[in-house]
Amino acid sequence: MAHLTVAEVDHIALLARLSLSDEEKARYAQQLSAILDYAAELAAIDVADIPPTATVLDIHNVMRPSDETCCSMPREDALKNAPRTDGASFEVQATFKDE
Amino acid sequence: MTKGGRRHQSSASAVHHPFMTMDLCALTIHEAREGLRAKQFSSMELTRAFLDRIHALNPRLNAYITVNEAGALQQAQVADERIARGEDTPILGVPIAIKDVLSTQGLRTTAGSRILENYLPAWDATSVARLRLAGAVFLGKTNTDEFAMGSSTENSGYGVTHNPWDESRVPGGSSGGSAAAVAADLCCAALGTDTGGSVRQPASLCGVTGLKDTYGRVSRYGLIAYGSSLDSVGVLSKNAHDAAIVLSVMAGQDPCDSTSVDAPVFDPHELADRSDVHGLRIGVPREYFIEGMQPEVAEAVRAGIAQLHKMGATVKEISLPTTKYALPVYYLIATAEASANLARFDGVRYGLRVPGADLTDTYRQTRGAGFGAEVKRRIMLGTYALSAGYYDAYYIRAQKVRTIIKQEFERAFAEVDVIATPASPTTAFKIGEKADDPIQMYLADVFTLPCNLAGICGISVPCGFDPAGLPIGLQLLGRAFDEAALLRCADAYQRETNWHTRKPVLS
Repeated sequence: MAHLTVAEVDHIALLARLSLSDEEKARYAQQLSAILDYAAELAAIDVADIPPTATVLDIHNVMRPSDETCCSMPREDALKNAPRTDGASFEVQATFKDE
Repeated sequence: MTKGGRRHQSSASAVHHPFMTMDLCALTIHEAREGLRAKQFSSMELTRAFLDRIHALNPRLNAYITVNEAGALQQAQVADERIARGEDTPILGVPIAIKDVLSTQGLRTTAGSRILENYLPAWDATSVARLRLAGAVFLGKTNTDEFAMGSSTENSGYGVTHNPWDESRVPGGSSGGSAAAVAADLCCAALGTDTGGSVRQPASLCGVTGLKDTYGRVSRYGLIAYGSSLDSVGVLSKNAHDAAIVLSVMAGQDPCDSTSVDAPVFDPHELADRSDVHGLRIGVPREYFIEGMQPEVAEAVRAGIAQLHKMGATVKEISLPTTKYALPVYYLIATAEASANLARFDGVRYGLRVPGADLTDTYRQTRGAGFGAEVKRRIMLGTYALSAGYYDAYYIRAQKVRTIIKQEFERAFAEVDVIATPASPTTAFKIGEKADDPIQMYLADVFTLPCNLAGICGISVPCGFDPAGLPIGLQLLGRAFDEAALLRCADAYQRETNWHTRKPVLS
């Protein structure tokens, strides 16, 4: 039985960059535990010597036919959907704290 | 030629009727093209008829999130000019709908999420671009579970879509808006996407045809990603012939998607003229008729298989023993991929931004407020499955079981050409019935998930109704890149049966 604690849910939510209310944390702890119990059924299958499948296609390392400079999106189009810009760039909060 | 002749005759007789609004909206793509080519009506008239019907019925059904009225009329006008110049394409002037997870240049694309409420894509998805180039008219963007995560369309940030057969019931999902729009004649056909059954399950619940093509057949460029190793762009339509037409326009390799494949594409009309099941070997896997499924569904699907047998197919029971594990495998792999794909929604370049104390807090507040409950649940599950200490036990193990599932299909397809199963274990359920129990909701896709894990193709075709008058779908699965076998089988079935021509009463 998987039993996710609220502290574990908190940790996963930080990794996933999600803020959750206390009510959501309690609910997800319970629901994710139930889903993980269900997923634990997979332990019954013998997977020794079975390779994992990441993609069903038998194609690997596809390269562009030629790597040439080409047209790019106009700046105003790229900025059109941004929540905050200074007209030339996306604006975000400081990434690094002042020393 | 007799079969093709029959089809042409039926559409020709339709063309001689004076067209009223209802008749225009009920046309198949093939019939609409016949009428447009014969100048019986214009694309403008056809498009206006659909827009009128959308205005009348969409407030009740909520199949569309966004109606593209001005854009559609403009596209129709251009299509009429192209028709007047003698141009001909399989879809020229035909009004269709597009699931709102496919990017449409300059037309709002929400993915069913409030986090993208005002998002205007700067480019078309390749599937959309190819239809635009061929002259299709885009009526609007259809409702979907948020980021295509769901089986009922209840997870949309824009309200639930109602099933046209019973408005107290769900249309299935996640392409529920597209399925409802086709069933209610609010479009000629619609694009959907299918990661674990999101085209075939709603097609089944709404009594329409739903094609999930092979992974790699249609470019995923511009499809807002959910599970990248599973996602495919598919078609919801009034019959299999129409699905073949739309697929033939969208299919093919695309430099913008390195997983798209240069596979030969069939001619849809030639395919329909040669549809026949004589000598076709159909396998029926015993693991797809399980305890707890609705008895009428099993009966109708068995009757559909018997019909194919009567038409000349050979039928044998087969076994796909790992079927029951497809559900946990899917919910580990798809959510792991989703947790990575949805990291891009960070409030920086597009979409909602909720300012927080610092940048990390801004990410967390934005995503906490912008994503709905199911999306957060799946991101959490996927993050957990990929996190240190659990990666091997959950994610890698799921990928290994995926290999076993794929190998079982390969072995089965050495003996049979097509596999026939139910598309969904039940008919449409009540709105709210499964909303509080994620595992019960996930079970709605139990018969459609294995196809995506194996990367093969599948189609759902109407094969009956339950005593409450709700449609039932027969799922046919085919080898990778052998859509032709599926479509021929489905088309032959639809020539001999009329389940797919029944319409819900929408007064």
